[in-house]
Amino acid sequence: MQLKTIQTPHVPVRYYEGGQGQPLVFLHGAGGLDFDQRFLAALSEKFHVYAPLIPGYGDSEECSELRDMLDFTLHTWDVVAALVVKDPVLVGFSMGGMIASEMAAVVPGDVSRLALIAPAGLWLDEHPIPDIFSLLPYQLPPYLFHDAAAGAKIMSAGMEMNDPKFLQGFLVQAARQLGAAGKIMFPIPDRGLASRLYRIKARTILIWGESDRLIPPVYAQPFQRGIAGSELVMVPEAGHVVAFEKPQAVIRAISRLA
Amino acid sequence: MKFTWFNLMPWPYLPADFRQKHRSVWVDIDSKLFDPEKSHALYNTYIDLLEYAGTLGFDGIGVNEHHQNAYGLMPSPNLIAAGLARRTRDVAIVVLGASIALYNPPLRVAEEFAMLDCISGGRLVAGFPVGTSMDTNFCYGQIPALTREKYREANELILRAWGERTPFAFNGRYTKLRHVNLWPRPIQQPRPPIHIPGGGSIETFDFCLENTYSYSYLSFGGYMRGKQLMQSYWDRVTERNTPDTSPYRAGFAQTICVADTEDEAERLYAKHVSYFYNRCLHVFPGFADAPGYRTIKTIQKGVLSQYAPPKGGLFPELSWKEMVEGGYIIAGSPETVRQRMEEMIKGLHVGNVFCLMHIGDMPKEKSMYSTRLFAEKVMPKLRNIFPDHAGDKRFWCQPMADRVSPGALPTQTDLRAAAVAAAEA
Repeated sequence: MQLKTIQTPHVPVRYYEGGQGQPLVFLHGAGGLDFDQRFLAALSEKFHVYAPLIPGYGDSEECSELRDMLDFTLHTWDVVAALVVKDPVLVGFSMGGMIASEMAAVVPGDVSRLALIAPAGLWLDEHPIPDIFSLLPYQLPPYLFHDAAAGAKIMSAGMEMNDPKFLQGFLVQAARQLGAAGKIMFPIPDRGLASRLYRIKARTILIWGESDRLIPPVYAQPFQRGIAGSELVMVPEAGHVVAFEKPQAVIRAISRLA
Repeated sequence: MKFTWFNLMPWPYLPADFRQKHRSVWVDIDSKLFDPEKSHALYNTYIDLLEYAGTLGFDGIGVNEHHQNAYGLMPSPNLIAAGLARRTRDVAIVVLGASIALYNPPLRVAEEFAMLDCISGGRLVAGFPVGTSMDTNFCYGQIPALTREKYREANELILRAWGERTPFAFNGRYTKLRHVNLWPRPIQQPRPPIHIPGGGSIETFDFCLENTYSYSYLSFGGYMRGKQLMQSYWDRVTERNTPDTSPYRAGFAQTICVADTEDEAERLYAKHVSYFYNRCLHVFPGFADAPGYRTIKTIQKGVLSQYAPPKGGLFPELSWKEMVEGGYIIAGSPETVRQRMEEMIKGLHVGNVFCLMHIGDMPKEKSMYSTRLFAEKVMPKLRNIFPDHAGDKRFWCQPMADRVSPGALPTQTDLRAAAVAAAEA
């Protein structure tokens, strides 16, 4: 995968590109693309993958003009237009799934295939989603991984919180990335998607890790009810970061749209 | 110098094992720890303390706004201020302040401050905090990365509402109002003085200088640690070619305990200081700074939240001696406190001091004793530190000369005669 830059009306956007075949746009979650590299590399063996960074993520420029859900939705359409990709397989993970759902609901005629991996965007009072904006790094693994201990090991690698320089860099990254995520997910990741789901015309695959403790699989139900004809693929022994823990299972599910 | 006696109004009944058994004093604190019946006496005692300070020669008495916490019991500072406006005569009512980004529309703050100014006869000193991340983001749900933009817009709306004399339309991003026409309006024209309590966001420096607001650094780290931040404020004042470096452009909050001797100060106050630093500042770190609340520039400058533990360990590990010597608190005999206060005032170049003199679970008798000693034996000796700036009226209230005495209930029994006399007049 190669990291490139493309100009959009609001801001230059950084994106990864790789592979050949049908175009596929992948929208990352609130954690960014750091943990998706292996998955994207495998995905690019089957698709021509484009994975844009939301402004503020990674080394990309922030964009103060993006404030609300419609801004993010239209901006991501701007990115697709700038990449000159027609009707890509649209894939979104977690927060990216929320954006992908909105894109498909706002412009239903331009998305014929949609894969939502543990998407955010809905809220069930009986199953409150943990407040990721107040969680400390060491508290995240049980919510993200099927195997929390293994996840903790992966996440803590290189985290030198006692090193002031590292800590500062870490805080800056959190402010940039989660600051941007907060615009559509704080304090509750619901910006009214439920009332727009019916507009989605795409053939839709929902993919969920069976042991997702961040957005529990029960959230698949309202997505299924809301999107006509959508199918659910449950992945065993996988948590919220299902594409990291079980990349091949996720790629197989997405490939059903090819 | 302007001295404001300030009470955070902490909840004094947190259990001894609070730190061990509870993760945070703020946001998701166990609501069972609050006892409404106990709060009846407590609120009234706290308001008594403020009123008492108002009789001792303090320039101001101060209140502020916090939510869902045992650190400060004033979700609405304006309610307390309204009571104080009626029960005091000359002292400034310092509301430091009302979190203007939290109200919909923020015009509500313009109205309430105008009411306070009118009721008090122009004794209002207003404050516009962004609010802590705990309050603003986690309790009141404001989006962290948009909080400052919303705050600036609220500031603009309030200033225009106070300043303009004809109805106007306000087409903001966060607030849209077709007919802004403030009733009542503040006595102080064009507006009451405004102080901005800051926790170290450097953008706030420029905001204060652009608007001629006073910047107040509210930290519990004390004046020695406050020095670096205040110096960067004064550097900014110079960089921007600000016409003057009046000390009234700045304020500082300091915990102060006065007794007859150093030993007595420790004996009387140490446990209450410990209560405050141990229990009242026990904030879950995940609530201290929502990502996006602080700007990148501020983080890069290395300014930590005032609710973050000090470098080198947590507060509870510090002894009374270390707290005093490290300047977290200024405590001791009147002469010691005078010396340290002078060092602080000159060192930070601050004309406004917010004196934190009720601390943690301190009973009112101790607070009154400390307060009175300060008022009688310390404050008078600190009055003229900045004689060159004595005439600077931009940062303090300018009350009406002719103010009424509140509470004028009838003393005569014959109300009919009085009514007839009024009719003839």
